Amino acid sequence: MNNTNHLNYILRLADSPMILGQRLSEWCGHGPILEQDIALTNIALDFIGQARNLYQYAAKFEAKGRTEDDFAFLRDPLKYKNVLLVEQPNGNWGQTIMRQFLYDSFNFYFYNELKNSTDTQISAIAEKSLKEIKYHLRYSSEWTARLGDGTEESHMKMQNALDELWMYTGELCTPDALDEEAAKAGIGVDLNKIHPYVEEKVDAILRRATLQKPESNWMQKGGKQGQHSEHLGFILAEMQFMQRAYPGAEW
Amino acid sequence: MTDAKQLSLEDNFQAKVDAEIKIEPKDWMPEKYRKTLIRQISQHAHSEIVGMLPEGNWITRAPSLRRKLGLLAKVQDEAGHGLYLYSACETLGIERDTLLDQLHTGKAKYSSIFNYPTTTWADIGAIGWLVDGAAIMNQVPICRCSYGPYARAMVRVCKEESFHQRQGFEILLTLSKGTDEQRAMLQDAVNRWWWPSVMMFGPSDKDSPNTAQSMKWKIKRFTNDDLRQKFVDVCVGQAEILGVTLPDPDLKYNEETGHWDFGTINWDEFWQVVKGNGPCNRQRLNARKKAHEEGAWVREAAMAYAEKQEQCEVASVAKVA
Amino acid sequence: MSKKNWPLWEVFIRSKQGLNHKHVGSLHATNAEMAIENARDVYTRRKEGVSIWVVESVHISASNPDASDELFEPATDKVYRHPTFYDLPDEVKHM
Repeated sequence: MNNTNHLNYILRLADSPMILGQRLSEWCGHGPILEQDIALTNIALDFIGQARNLYQYAAKFEAKGRTEDDFAFLRDPLKYKNVLLVEQPNGNWGQTIMRQFLYDSFNFYFYNELKNSTDTQISAIAEKSLKEIKYHLRYSSEWTARLGDGTEESHMKMQNALDELWMYTGELCTPDALDEEAAKAGIGVDLNKIHPYVEEKVDAILRRATLQKPESNWMQKGGKQGQHSEHLGFILAEMQFMQRAYPGAEW
Repeated sequence: MTDAKQLSLEDNFQAKVDAEIKIEPKDWMPEKYRKTLIRQISQHAHSEIVGMLPEGNWITRAPSLRRKLGLLAKVQDEAGHGLYLYSACETLGIERDTLLDQLHTGKAKYSSIFNYPTTTWADIGAIGWLVDGAAIMNQVPICRCSYGPYARAMVRVCKEESFHQRQGFEILLTLSKGTDEQRAMLQDAVNRWWWPSVMMFGPSDKDSPNTAQSMKWKIKRFTNDDLRQKFVDVCVGQAEILGVTLPDPDLKYNEETGHWDFGTINWDEFWQVVKGNGPCNRQRLNARKKAHEEGAWVREAAMAYAEKQEQCEVASVAKVA
Repeated sequence: MSKKNWPLWEVFIRSKQGLNHKHVGSLHATNAEMAIENARDVYTRRKEGVSIWVVESVHISASNPDASDELFEPATDKVYRHPTFYDLPDEVKHM
């Protein structure tokens, strides 16, 4: 794998937790009950921390003087390679939980493999992150079951959330050229390999939650190639405002 | 209860307080002591969770990843502090939900400082330095409050709070070493937050009728004016390090008292903000109400699910038996 | 819909192996599992613990403070329960 692609793979790893952490952090102060406000913020902190570790590594790997903040705050949507799922709006608490559950189901098995990366930096970061991710999956699985099988109202809200978000799950386990190359080089994860595990986990929890997987199998794609939904532009406009408005300033 | 018995209970209670013996939830206490505590602790808890809002504004716009993590963790801490304090309050026999209702209906107050807007990033630094600084000044003595659960909650709060003020000061220090634009931002924030912070200690002692009783019960350890003076004295030196001017032309060292004299506080503004006429009162309260109302279905569903689970367990145990 | 609040739970944390669990405060949760998770998120954010106990507050029975005199006073003058009550010659160094 050449250095450009290697770097792009690291950045791809970083961008999804960055955007998801940013999204989750919007909840801080607005959660349904204090205990859960705190719980969700812990998850946001985990993701932003993971993204930061990966951006730091990307900066070191590239060795051209760019910093973690340059990667986070000075790249446009076209350069961001996060999956579409994580940029979807928070919506109500149920939508946030559903988005989280769908992502965590993938992310857990993904990181479980990523820790075997031949890139020792990536594998070290993955190993450390995996402990957090394991907890995320447990948390979002429980909450998906709770709300899916809670009251009539919560069931309906969760089913709606699943129907809305399902089409963004396709690209999680569908490899593109870069995924394949990284997997082959032993640096990245073979998505085909984890796909059945992810599916099994999702099915099991949806069953517990008494939710129906949507019939349509039409999937959106493009996030990993920088083709995003409209939401990302707004996320970055907000997130990058300071760095864009005051170029070069230290904070 | 006879008057004599009541009197001896009260004497007994006061003797314990005087001897610095903590009062615990199930101990006898005068009804007014209980009410005063509920009012003060819940007001304190409300301030923590309303206080999340002005700073929360800047989480998504924090200028670096390091700052984003620091700010997010700090605002989360405030949620934690709110929670510790609601818990302390609940030991007095009142539910958190009731307390929240009091906040939402405007019956309970919270610190007025959070009714001011955070318009620039420098405000996040200024809040950390001045608002948290004033809060710590207020809170440290409460760690020795006569009511055990409140005192213990405050020990935990103060331990966590210490990083908040340092974080704020560091944000400002970075600005002070930055561009002209950043220094202007810094001075502007200090201009706007200084007086509201000075007001945070509450009305002057002569207009604070509850102070004497609260001090006797050791709920309060210092008067508002004493704490305010201490705060001003500390800030003067710190402002110098930051290279900012505190917006008070009357600020002058008094050789005789060894303290810094300061100008007249605009109590009219203070009372207007308390009454609901601050720049953000409605906005803050609406945000809290919205979060609570929109969370209702979540809380209900989680409860319903837990009850279902419990029934399932009971049913399966019955089957085995 | 019936409005039912999440019950209150008391939280006990073991700060490190070898120490007792200690009461740290309370929180609300729908059941024991959630109470443990909430306690993890609320009370161990700064590595304060290695183990968590939770118990629903209504299940705690407490001694009555009005009975403190008869419960605890009698122990105060039983000095013979303490090692310092017994005189030993100085030559016996450790006992």
